[in-house]
Amino acid sequence: MQHKVIDANDVVIRFAGDSGDGMQLTGSLFADMSAIYGNGLSTFPDYPAEIRAPHGTVSGVSGFQVHIGNTEVNTPGDMCDMLIAMNPAALKANAKWCKRHAMILVDEDAFDETGMKKAGFKTDNPFTELSVEDRTLIVAPITTMTKESLKDSGMDQKAILKCKNMFTLGIACYIFNRPLEPIFLYLEKKFSKKHPEVIEPNKKVIQDGVNYAANVQAIPNTYTIEPVKSAKKGTYRNITGNQAVAWGLLAASEKSGLPLFCGSYPITPATGILEELAIHKSLGAKTLQAEDEIAGICTAIGASFAGNLAVTTTSGPGLSLKSEALGLAVMAELPLVVVDVQRGGPSTGLPTKTEQTDLNQALYGRNGECPIPVICAHSPANCFFAAFQAAKIALEHMTPVILLSEGFLGNGSEPWLIPSMSEYPEIKPPFATGAMAPGERFHPFERDPETLVPKWAIPGQKGYEHRVGGLEKTHEGVLSTDPVNHETMVRERAEKVARIAADIPELKVRGAESGKLLVVGWGGTYGHISSAIHDLQAEGVEVSYTHFDYINPLPSNTEKVFSGFDRILVCELNSGQFADYLRAKFPEKHFVKFNKIQGQPFLVEEIKSAVRKEI
Amino acid sequence: MANLTSKDFKSDQEVRWCPGCGDHAVLAALQRALPKVSQALHYEKERYVIVSGIGCSSRLPYYMDTYGFHSIHGRATAISTGIKVANPWLTVWQACGDGDALAIGGNHFIHAIRRNIDINVILFNNQIYGLTKGQYSPTSKLGTITKTSPYGTVEHPFNPGSLVLGAKGTFFARSLDVELALNEEIMTAAALHDGCSVMEMLTNCVIFNDGAHKSLSDPAVRADHTIILRDGEKMVFGRDRDRGLVFDGRKIRAVRIGEGGYTIDDIMVHDSHSDDIGLHMALAEMKGPDYPVALGVIRDVKDITYDDGVRDQVKEVMAKSRIHCVDDLLRSGSTWEVK
Repeated sequence: MQHKVIDANDVVIRFAGDSGDGMQLTGSLFADMSAIYGNGLSTFPDYPAEIRAPHGTVSGVSGFQVHIGNTEVNTPGDMCDMLIAMNPAALKANAKWCKRHAMILVDEDAFDETGMKKAGFKTDNPFTELSVEDRTLIVAPITTMTKESLKDSGMDQKAILKCKNMFTLGIACYIFNRPLEPIFLYLEKKFSKKHPEVIEPNKKVIQDGVNYAANVQAIPNTYTIEPVKSAKKGTYRNITGNQAVAWGLLAASEKSGLPLFCGSYPITPATGILEELAIHKSLGAKTLQAEDEIAGICTAIGASFAGNLAVTTTSGPGLSLKSEALGLAVMAELPLVVVDVQRGGPSTGLPTKTEQTDLNQALYGRNGECPIPVICAHSPANCFFAAFQAAKIALEHMTPVILLSEGFLGNGSEPWLIPSMSEYPEIKPPFATGAMAPGERFHPFERDPETLVPKWAIPGQKGYEHRVGGLEKTHEGVLSTDPVNHETMVRERAEKVARIAADIPELKVRGAESGKLLVVGWGGTYGHISSAIHDLQAEGVEVSYTHFDYINPLPSNTEKVFSGFDRILVCELNSGQFADYLRAKFPEKHFVKFNKIQGQPFLVEEIKSAVRKEI
Repeated sequence: MANLTSKDFKSDQEVRWCPGCGDHAVLAALQRALPKVSQALHYEKERYVIVSGIGCSSRLPYYMDTYGFHSIHGRATAISTGIKVANPWLTVWQACGDGDALAIGGNHFIHAIRRNIDINVILFNNQIYGLTKGQYSPTSKLGTITKTSPYGTVEHPFNPGSLVLGAKGTFFARSLDVELALNEEIMTAAALHDGCSVMEMLTNCVIFNDGAHKSLSDPAVRADHTIILRDGEKMVFGRDRDRGLVFDGRKIRAVRIGEGGYTIDDIMVHDSHSDDIGLHMALAEMKGPDYPVALGVIRDVKDITYDDGVRDQVKEVMAKSRIHCVDDLLRSGSTWEVK
């Protein structure tokens, strides 16, 4: 067979297997290696809710998609150029994501009668049954060759079988011309202390995978994807959204000089933040794995009262449980960051899938008039800045802040140009200072006339003894059911949040400042909408785009930006919650909704066709 | 340092409990105990934080001139936990009721005890929901008639002492609202205890559950129906101090000294510091008519505390780690250069 090396701009590879096959590891190793090589990159893990779903079944398929390119990559890609399927179920679950020209690599050994039956195939030709027989099919006896490769390694049969994913990784490395050194380095680092005996066998099996691919004559093309040329100079790393949230909070702790306290209860897909913070005690972070979601937020509120930068992390159902306590933080006017990594709802819903359906809950899900600033992150690496901002707003404006992330961002990753902390601003909470005269009393709700922010006196400060709590109070902190006082306090708490608009960046428009159609997005849809707009504008379609990182309050130039357009197409992964919010704020504007509620990110193609329909 | 008096702990807020409510006496005992605690431990007033949930007794922080947090129903224990972990230097007191701590807040309550977090919890037990005007609580006796149990309750009550000791609590004391001097004593002991101290105060709700503890608090029968346990002292009770507790090898028995061959030498001596949680549990569970109800500090043992554990672990990791600032963190692990 004539072998061709194709110089590609970008490729999408989807690793899929049984949830115990190690596909998440294989995919992230491939991604890390590509990052180190200098490619643009975006990843998307798509895994089942069950840790070990029934072996070999479609429900147990775990996938990891990697999109690499020679320019900046904004999304994990819609369809894949290569699918690696470790068993019939993985093929069945993922065949629909293969492009017309895609390559499909399968482990021939797993396609026996049992495997086919478990996956629910009705015929003995899975490729025809799935209508992918015209793709480039590479049917390789991966299990047999892994056994052969490691027969002299001294490892037992079970351990050898676990290395199938590494043989596969070797094949992928050959096809996409990846250097092996970064993987070898990773293996050495990871296993040098506890299991040095597995380093060499793993290296061997990867190398044998490469050799097999080079010799088999079944692979028509290999690809090179050059490093990004225009990339900004500096030090990069690959980072997931959950890790970036944790680090952004640690950065805010450093910049405010306040110790970080995180009280949280484990919940998918937010747990990674608590786990990450638990590691970094060296930066003074205290983590408390609470007895429930309510204790998570209440311990954080206690920590805030005691003068820490307090955080609680959760996902939708957990946010529901925290509602009452959120009201307490609003009433006591204490800083608090609540991170909601959204997942499919309602109720337990689709715990491992992504959605943007908690927006209404974040905005309104409390009793009484209870305004809370809501901000969101737009990419995995952006989670760092978003978390830093959430903490900055909370601390400087004495309010709880809800940061909306998404499962797609929390578990997804991308390369990140590491900033220097010297580029980040100081955080200056409004501490109450100075000695109190004898008989003088601290007034906990007396406000700054400009920002309406009260002062923060922390227990331990002599002479500032005062009481806060859920009951309505006067500016002096005295209990009051006076009707006028209540209305004043309700209005002031709302106005305090509204005035945060002065501290947040203005909206930017990509494309013309006026025209027929403005596309609007918020949160984690940024990558897909950006890519779609980029392509459409390159084709000459007249469309502009603006993306919201701040939901409450909205950026101060929102009305001005909207005024330039006839119609506004709001794209979001829910039934139109942000569109409804905007409609209520700007009733004179014409909003059109484009929604998807499938637990999956948008496809770039879906956005493009939605825009074309409106033009 | 200033010599604090009970007046220093009184706020300028008018106390709004019903006349005759048992909470007044508990508040007075606390205001008398804290100056003594301050002197013993060299604490300034600004070091105290008083936390509460929701209910009549949870109004207490407003009446104390200290830092205070009147939170939401059931969550006081979680708020206290956060305050103490965030700043172990603060001394945290908590006021909560039987509905607040044992029904809606039961989960936080048992976990604070399990963690042995160094907070002082005053559990006001009047066996009724007072602020919502008279519904049964998790400590109401079986058969209690209330607005939500017009034909009597059909559920067993919690004995808070069993709950605390069942969660391996390190400090449990019980008293009556009217035992002012004993309450001061208990509160001081609780403050000196390093760990989670639970003080059950049997309080009288004059409006909705008047006389619930009358069989214990009535001066005519108090000495016969209760026993005050003090370390190193014989477990003697009764108006004539002629009754006592013995251990017959199998269980505790209440006996009359001089009868049935029992002499004063057979009477047990209280040791709240003993490891024997079984004996403490048996004492906490004593009830009439066969036994007196135990008052005083029943259990007070040393164990590691959660707040110390968190603080020490942070210190330990700080000393070992190579990551000392966020710039270090961002550059840790695998990175690459674009030149």
